Amino acid sequence: MLTKKVKSRIFFLSALVILAAVVIFVILRSLEENVVYFFSPTEIYNKANISFDKKIRIGGLVKKNSVSKKDTSINFIITDLKKEIVVSYNGIVPNLFSEGKGVVAEGKLKDKKYFIADKILAKHDENYMPPEVSEALEKSNN
Amino acid sequence: MLKNFFPNKILSLSNTIINSLILLLIIVVIIGLIYSLLISPPDYIQGDSVRIMYVHVPSSFMALGCFGFIGLASICNLIFKIKFMSLLAKSLAPIGFIFALISIVTGSFWGKPTWGVWWVWDARLTSMTILLFFYIAYILTWKMLNNFDKANNISSIIGIVGLLNIPVIKYSVDWWNTLHQPSSITLTSAPTIHYSMLVPLVVMFFGMLIYTLIIFLMRYKTEVIKFKIEKKKNYK
Repeated sequence: MLTKKVKSRIFFLSALVILAAVVIFVILRSLEENVVYFFSPTEIYNKANISFDKKIRIGGLVKKNSVSKKDTSINFIITDLKKEIVVSYNGIVPNLFSEGKGVVAEGKLKDKKYFIADKILAKHDENYMPPEVSEALEKSNN
Repeated sequence: MLKNFFPNKILSLSNTIINSLILLLIIVVIIGLIYSLLISPPDYIQGDSVRIMYVHVPSSFMALGCFGFIGLASICNLIFKIKFMSLLAKSLAPIGFIFALISIVTGSFWGKPTWGVWWVWDARLTSMTILLFFYIAYILTWKMLNNFDKANNISSIIGIVGLLNIPVIKYSVDWWNTLHQPSSITLTSAPTIHYSMLVPLVVMFFGMLIYTLIIFLMRYKTEVIKFKIEKKKNYK
């Protein structure tokens, strides 16, 4: 049913698409460092060469009971439930910043365990529910 | 089904069908807006800013869906040389472009109260911006090139290359660490949105789907008429 012309076009086009997909894949792979928006504490821990004077972003959950505030400075621990990094920040945090919730900090590493942030972003997850449901859930968990 | 979109069929599309679709659109959108803005509850952490979702998510979906269709139509067009495929794709492009723009703007409005910033260059936001540029390139090709066959071929290639970007947008939140949250509605697992928020989201989604259909039918009819006029001119 397919004519020779159509067949050659299918062949040509699929070759083109596969080629383009491979090129995009290779580019994204080699740029992985730039595509990821933040590193988790475990990724920082496993990284061999970290530049301590380059700005990076780290992200994870704010560890429960780790937030301490003094004047305008705030200290807390970012955790991915495996490794932890202490973050120190001077300024106002977003409204959604809270213990047990996601966070991304932008700044510089002092060492692998200590991070000085100059920007804090709150990250929320894909769960949406009314407050009453969340309260009921928490009650049933405790 | 496909036969209904043949160029000659669309010309007999009467205004009563369009008008009844518009009536349906108004009803669905009014229900959707009342539900999403008044009846549905605020979110347990985000509060009322979650209501932006009811516009943001369906718009993003439409933007992706329209380009997905443009890409597939472009493939059919290049391989089988079916002329009306390009007219179908051409009529969808402006709608998809507007939805991509709405998605980016409302996303920005949502980012400020939740993340604390208007914009970040994470994988999801960046790939969505790339989609917007693909729409612009696609539309401009049709606008700038007067030769139908030339515009047809170039725009189809743009459509096919842009199609590769669609899965990247969809899975960007799973493949890489992003500030953007992962999808709440997936094919494989139960939605992580409470039903009282899922219902208005679905209603708004249907509202935007009907809107897309109306504008598409009107544009497609216009494009077919324009195409036929051009053809007649060339014969003279």
